[in-house]
Amino acid sequence: MTEPTIFEISSPGRAGVKFPTSDVPEMDVPNEFLRAELPMPEVSEIDVIRHFTRLSQLNYSIDTGFYPLGSCTMKYNPRINEVTARLAGFAKVHPLQPVETVQGSLALMHDLQNWLGEISGFPGVTLQPAAGAQGEYVGVLIIRAYHKDRKDNKRTKMLIPDSAHGTNPATSSMSGFDVVGVATDKNGNVDLESLRAVCDDTVAGLMLTNPNTLGLFEQDVVEVINIVHEAGGLVYGDGANLNALLGVLRPGDLGIDIMHFNLHKTFSTPHGGGGPGSGPVGVAEHLVDYLPCPTVGILEEGSEDYPPLYGFIEPAKSIGRMKAFYGHFGMLVRAYTYISMYGKDGLKKIAEGSVLNANYLMMLLKDTYKLAYDRLCMHEFVLEGHWPDAPGIHALDIAKRLMDYNFHPPTNYFPLIVPEALMIEPTETESKQSLDLFAEAMIKIAEEAKTQPELLKSAPHNTPIGRLDEVKAAKDLVLCCWIPERNT
Amino acid sequence: MFIPNTEAERNEMLQKVGLSKIEDLFSDVPKEFRYPDLNLPEAVSEMEALQNLKDLAIANDSTEDLICFLGAGAYNHYIPAAVDAIISRGEFLTSYTPYQPEVSQGTLQAIFEYQSLVASLTGMDVSNASHYDGATSAAEACVLAYHHFRGKRTKFVLSRYLHPHYRETIKTYFQGYEDIHIMGDQVEDGMQTREDLLKLVDYDTAIVYVQYPDFLGRVQDFKAFAEQVHAFGAILAVSVNPLALGLIKPPSEFDADIVTGEGQPLGIPLSYGGPYLGIFTTKNEFIRKLSGRLVGETVDNEGKRGYVLTLTAREQHIRRSRATSNICTNQGIIALTSAVYMSLLGKQGLKKVAKLNYDKAHYAADQISKLKGFELVNLGSFFNEFVVRTPIPVNELNLLLLDYDILGGYDLSTDYPELKNHMLLAVTEMNTKDDIGYLVETLQEVTND
Repeated sequence: MTEPTIFEISSPGRAGVKFPTSDVPEMDVPNEFLRAELPMPEVSEIDVIRHFTRLSQLNYSIDTGFYPLGSCTMKYNPRINEVTARLAGFAKVHPLQPVETVQGSLALMHDLQNWLGEISGFPGVTLQPAAGAQGEYVGVLIIRAYHKDRKDNKRTKMLIPDSAHGTNPATSSMSGFDVVGVATDKNGNVDLESLRAVCDDTVAGLMLTNPNTLGLFEQDVVEVINIVHEAGGLVYGDGANLNALLGVLRPGDLGIDIMHFNLHKTFSTPHGGGGPGSGPVGVAEHLVDYLPCPTVGILEEGSEDYPPLYGFIEPAKSIGRMKAFYGHFGMLVRAYTYISMYGKDGLKKIAEGSVLNANYLMMLLKDTYKLAYDRLCMHEFVLEGHWPDAPGIHALDIAKRLMDYNFHPPTNYFPLIVPEALMIEPTETESKQSLDLFAEAMIKIAEEAKTQPELLKSAPHNTPIGRLDEVKAAKDLVLCCWIPERNT
Repeated sequence: MFIPNTEAERNEMLQKVGLSKIEDLFSDVPKEFRYPDLNLPEAVSEMEALQNLKDLAIANDSTEDLICFLGAGAYNHYIPAAVDAIISRGEFLTSYTPYQPEVSQGTLQAIFEYQSLVASLTGMDVSNASHYDGATSAAEACVLAYHHFRGKRTKFVLSRYLHPHYRETIKTYFQGYEDIHIMGDQVEDGMQTREDLLKLVDYDTAIVYVQYPDFLGRVQDFKAFAEQVHAFGAILAVSVNPLALGLIKPPSEFDADIVTGEGQPLGIPLSYGGPYLGIFTTKNEFIRKLSGRLVGETVDNEGKRGYVLTLTAREQHIRRSRATSNICTNQGIIALTSAVYMSLLGKQGLKKVAKLNYDKAHYAADQISKLKGFELVNLGSFFNEFVVRTPIPVNELNLLLLDYDILGGYDLSTDYPELKNHMLLAVTEMNTKDDIGYLVETLQEVTND
């Protein structure tokens, strides 16, 4: 059944919240400013609770099942994170309070800057970026500022491997760089010849995702970084896939100059149906001065008797402010909670678990689905969703059919360099049993593709709604609903 | 804890992969860098983690400990219990961007309703699925204007009373565009007027940005202003406090082209500055230039109504380097938070809470204006914030107020050197008449020598 919109259930005179009677005199609002019409719904509290509860039940989520969406690291989001972020001392604190009254928040941010720096091998960290894409923007702006500061004005090219995330090229061109592609070699690595061919004194930097979007570790990563550095460019590391490396490798140790973190992927903050993310950025020593302002620092050193006084500092050559206030603080509390529960020796278990799960699942599937690059993968792998003896079946059909088996489909049609790509990332929080069940369903679907292709073409059959008409959505463009006539 | 597989299961899996030990999974990682010793604390249990976090949280003074009169872009409001009940549901909290609409109708319809609620509140034709916050929405509005004129109009005129953080964010976003001139927010003698700002507008101006109510709390009529801006063919963008729009005319009534704003007052916790909500709405003519996600209505293969992400061809994962913005998320659960809040309050509640803010702020302003040494700076109409001239510097005054558990107003000299000894006070429905009386008494007491 279709759930009506909140506007459709509006009934004149209803209200969901009662506010106190005013204890001060009523004041008139000048007529020139007084709003005449406020066309908002009128519903009671139970109307709202039932409406949104029913909507929630139309969603697939990590809490309801396996969600192997490649590149998104859909790991379990610990409930304790939700408790700590809601503590009154965090949730009810104003961002502009005097620093003396928010030492708890600042200490947490200071520790988290240090922890992320330690985990990644970068001495400078900003927690400000609101999401991974904004973290990337910070990275690219820092690259720009660094060259400009050195009066090295020829550097207009940003190198981006064809296995990179889609945001990388968009971010680079937003910042005024010309995007130059770098090819992938037959083993799924950056093609060194292709890289050398475009490296000259006009290169500003390289945006490198490692492990890349094929789920493969760059086997020549040190050489790749050297080639770019020798040409005078900087190397930006897209940290979206850091889950594969936690506690096993610090990207800063490899010589990467800048990297963003996705707290909503690697550090378990919830994806929330699309956000909020949180995209802190780490930088090597020579770039610390360019970090966005402000960062958290120690204003007065502590002693045995007193804790230090934390406050804000402005990096000397800062690229500026990326948003209002200091970052998605609520997400920082969650990530802090998560890291503290794994500790110095536990983080590597995350990487080990995610890489083991991915390789195990890949082994279960690689005889049935063509594996784009047959070697050990990291936290994810990419299969091809098509067979010569199942003409007309595409990755999309497999994805839709998986829903009938009560699994969320993998990412499809990405990365672009693999035909009919199915990108699968199980994460460390899945058990062997859920991987086995998923593999069973995938193998069954491969069989159906050959024997009952119409089952796939018309899938999904067991979802709240069937395949949706996306062309109509874009052509007719209905982006808002209003209170129906009969109710007004 | 959060990793279910046992050692026996891990070994079984390793065997299937054809490896003998876990470390072999990382044979591609250069050996000399493998398994660094991390200088981090030892792991703690959930019980201990909670205690550690509680220790940090109580080191803060929250708005439960202090009586809050601080605003300046983030406000202390009441959040009905039903809001958190809905947004804590795992089905909303632990799903991702609705790429697969058949199993994401909950998120999609909720975003569609968010878009509808925000469009209704602002009076605009269309809302996107949200941006990060009020500042980045403002920056994205400038990006839209820049591309609307294909880079040919190179002036952005920003009101000096647009939130200082928003102005700084716009400048950060555009540092790679050397032909862009951002003006209007320099220090001037006295207060900048609408006429001062209009003098900067010409045929080279892409966008004019004002705030409503502005950073000083003022509500101004921009009707004549909008006509002048439009006479030069420029885009008029307005940053709003959405809660005020329960009471005062929406910017659509003075013909704003783009309305953005900080959605935090709509049921979102203060949370030390984030995550908040970037409201972004426009007239129909800019739909195809909007950045960020959009949800549209459609039908399924049986004609049943449903929702999908639409106009995705504008977005970075399709257009890659030709996309005008790299945005690939919205504020998801925070947009849902505001949708639940707006639904619960509805037409009556939004009017009522806005009027409570208005009445209490005016009462407080009136009481403070009677104090010796304090002066209400009469800047015309206001909503829930106003400016007071103080007898001593604001930062000193605020430290004195803290001894009485009062979180005083914003020190305007932080961003406006010409406004020394000027405090911006915010009063909301959370402040009782007694709180206001206590503030007034305390202000007098701490400055009485």
